[in-house]
Amino acid sequence: MPVESLFPRLEPLLPSVQKPIQYVGGELNATVKEWDEPGVPMVRWALMYPDAYEVGLPNQGVQILYEVLNEQPGVLAERTYAVWPDLEKLMRQHGIGQFTVDAHRPVAAFDLLGISFATELGYTNMLTALDLAGIPLDAADRTDEHPVVIAGGHAAFNPEPISDFLDAAVLGDGEEIVLAITEVVREWKAEGKPGGRDGLLERLAASGGVYVPKFYDVTYLSDGRIQRVAPNRAGVPWRVHKHTVMDLDKWPYPRKPLVPLAETVHERFSVEIFRGCTRGCRFCQAGMITRPVRERSISTIGDMVQTGLEESGFEEVGLLSLSSADHSEIGDIATGLADRYDGSNVSLSLPSTRVDAFNITLANELSRNGRRSGLTFAPEGGTERMRKVINKMVTEEDLIRTVATAYSNGWRQVKLYFMCGLPTETDEDVVAIADLARKVIEIGREVSGRRDIRCTVSIGGFVPKPHTPFQWAAQGDHETVDARLAKLRNAIRSDRNYGKSIGLRYHDGRPSIIEGLLSRGDRRVGAVIRTVWEQGGRFDGWSEHFSYDRWVEATEKALAGTPVDLDWYTTREREYAEVLPWDHLDSGLDRDWLWEDWQDAIDEVEVDDCRWTPCFDCGVCPQLGTEIQVGPTGQKLLPLTVVSTGAPTRG
Amino acid sequence: MERTQAPPVQKLRIRFAKRGRLRFASHRDFQRAFERALRRAGVPVAYSQGFTPHPKVSYAGAAPMGAASEAEYLEIAVTEECDPPAVSAALDAALPPGLDIVDVVVADHGSLADRLQASEWSIELPDAPFEALAAAVEAFLAEPVVEVQRMTKNGVRTLDARSAVVRMAVDPAGPTIRLAVRHQSPTVRPDDVLTGLRRLGGLRDTAHVATRLAQGPLDETAGTVGDPFTPPR
Repeated sequence: MPVESLFPRLEPLLPSVQKPIQYVGGELNATVKEWDEPGVPMVRWALMYPDAYEVGLPNQGVQILYEVLNEQPGVLAERTYAVWPDLEKLMRQHGIGQFTVDAHRPVAAFDLLGISFATELGYTNMLTALDLAGIPLDAADRTDEHPVVIAGGHAAFNPEPISDFLDAAVLGDGEEIVLAITEVVREWKAEGKPGGRDGLLERLAASGGVYVPKFYDVTYLSDGRIQRVAPNRAGVPWRVHKHTVMDLDKWPYPRKPLVPLAETVHERFSVEIFRGCTRGCRFCQAGMITRPVRERSISTIGDMVQTGLEESGFEEVGLLSLSSADHSEIGDIATGLADRYDGSNVSLSLPSTRVDAFNITLANELSRNGRRSGLTFAPEGGTERMRKVINKMVTEEDLIRTVATAYSNGWRQVKLYFMCGLPTETDEDVVAIADLARKVIEIGREVSGRRDIRCTVSIGGFVPKPHTPFQWAAQGDHETVDARLAKLRNAIRSDRNYGKSIGLRYHDGRPSIIEGLLSRGDRRVGAVIRTVWEQGGRFDGWSEHFSYDRWVEATEKALAGTPVDLDWYTTREREYAEVLPWDHLDSGLDRDWLWEDWQDAIDEVEVDDCRWTPCFDCGVCPQLGTEIQVGPTGQKLLPLTVVSTGAPTRG
Repeated sequence: MERTQAPPVQKLRIRFAKRGRLRFASHRDFQRAFERALRRAGVPVAYSQGFTPHPKVSYAGAAPMGAASEAEYLEIAVTEECDPPAVSAALDAALPPGLDIVDVVVADHGSLADRLQASEWSIELPDAPFEALAAAVEAFLAEPVVEVQRMTKNGVRTLDARSAVVRMAVDPAGPTIRLAVRHQSPTVRPDDVLTGLRRLGGLRDTAHVATRLAQGPLDETAGTVGDPFTPPR
């Protein structure tokens, strides 16, 4: 039965809300399919990025799955985003449900609602969307008529805090598993939905690649630690494994990037040049859970850039990955693309923070067409000792030599990324950042002969994440973090010679504590999230909406009567033997290797990158049957004979 | 490094429409979409010189966000002589449906902006009673001055909505108000006229959609709006 568009009822409300264009859809390359196709049992996905449209639309994960699914016959995928509180209020007044932006169909009418969590701070927005959609918040209360709610994205590697609200979670790359899930749903529907909702979830769980939280029971020890996580029915595996797409050249998505009318956070065409990273930075969850490294070949990258620009009309190309300068053929890619688009107004960007001269060579090449404004490097730790703990193998000499090269090549500003609140960190480790910045300005003035060069120090609060060697670590409390940042600020401000050339950017440490609670939380944290949402918590990733006090109060209320509290989840160090909430979810990393790496961190012992040195047995490749896939292919990008689509506009 | 951009050799004038749900695009949203469409369509648009070259596009009198339009205008400079119908087809294909190219002509010597003296609007009010609307229009036209307030970024602003209205009548179909509005400073928008009508006629604040039907030279005596692509005689 066709489903009616909610747009006629939504439209009269739009003149009264901020930026209504974000709710109307109609983006270039958007797909609207018929609700039914003759002769095929349709499978319909609503894909959600649980943040505002301006943040969610450019998200690569959602765009890739949207295109992969819509290319299939008998599959329909539409997108939905978090609505701002002004529209939420009006939708409640007028009884309008959560809608997709493509055909404005009610989210409740779809078979599946897939939510991509890049960060834990989108959890409350998920609850708003479910509630607006008329889908019961508790998965246990849903019937065959409600969509199956599935989480993906990096935060789904520990979905336990939102397990009450999810029917399922998927770990890892989504391209192949969304299609596999689609087929399971199609068969189940074609057979007349045997076993109802649980029948479907059992089929998904039996594959070992879809985690269904309610098929696992968690028991606790009297001190609050987890005793055991175990399947509660036959046919459900003890562990659920992550998905890894092994040949990125076979999955060259997005081919047709979505181009919004509304202004969004990234106005460019992005190409992922490789997935995974084995640099082994111990704080970096992305680097741990996306192993092994899988490169896209130089020729596929060249083709994707060309088609993407033609299909979108974007003027900027971003070459994405976790450390883009590490692609085995990045030099040829950069030169090849710079040559191809020389003389056009296309600009290329390479988000890389590698601290070495090669990175600057690349940046010089990519900025042929434009201005040399700023370069970013990420030493992450202020002292050599700190950098050994986090396995960021950069010496002070490396950094000074690199910034000297940058300033002497005409770059005027250098941005340095650091973290605060790292394991074993002392006041000295943080205050040392000021010395480093001073030396950067000193060498910069010397090599450039100018006094107007700048250095911006940007500091993020460290949050220990699941599936990393720091998953056992105590998170720094926000009082200590704030006090260290204050000392650093004073050290920079009091410097008469250099202070004015150094900028400092940081946030207070409190939001990191809540992120820490949600990152390493277990099922008991679900009640906290629900309480915050009931008290009006929305858009927790936005400082103007986030309320630390609301989270603290909710934690006290929801965890009253349990042996655990906010500190227990955040600032408490865990022992080897403790069952962690995500231990039954397999990222491929060997738990004992992670523990050894954690011990090495405390001992300030570094570990190399397995792309260039022998395997150090992190466990991923044998556990998941994967392998490192890197070049070089030896190919080069040829100049394009036809740069534009060749529309017959010229007279 | 700064690069030299090819010089413009021709100017094209474009009439386009903003229809359906894309009436919610702001002028900035449209600008971004249009500049991308120029690249996708392969139009050899001229760029300004400098470190951050911009395509040479002059926008004139954009309709406010939320209003639809059949008559928006802009002018572009190109670095090669172009065939206007081909540009029209290619640009229209490159724009999302709802932003539609209506006509492209080679610019003559007069200024386009100077010819956009007035607009013809229709305001559809499906839930308003015709008789009450007709009475409100009569009352509005009888007033020498109709002061209305509008929220702007800089707070509440008061302006006279009456002086800009050259002609106004109600069509029972819809019902719909048809009016011609002179472009003056401060700009009087259809919403401002509607605010005045609601106050004078005691009308409820019901849903409405305003559409600009034409924009061009004003014939003061007839109260009609002409075609800005026709050079003045």
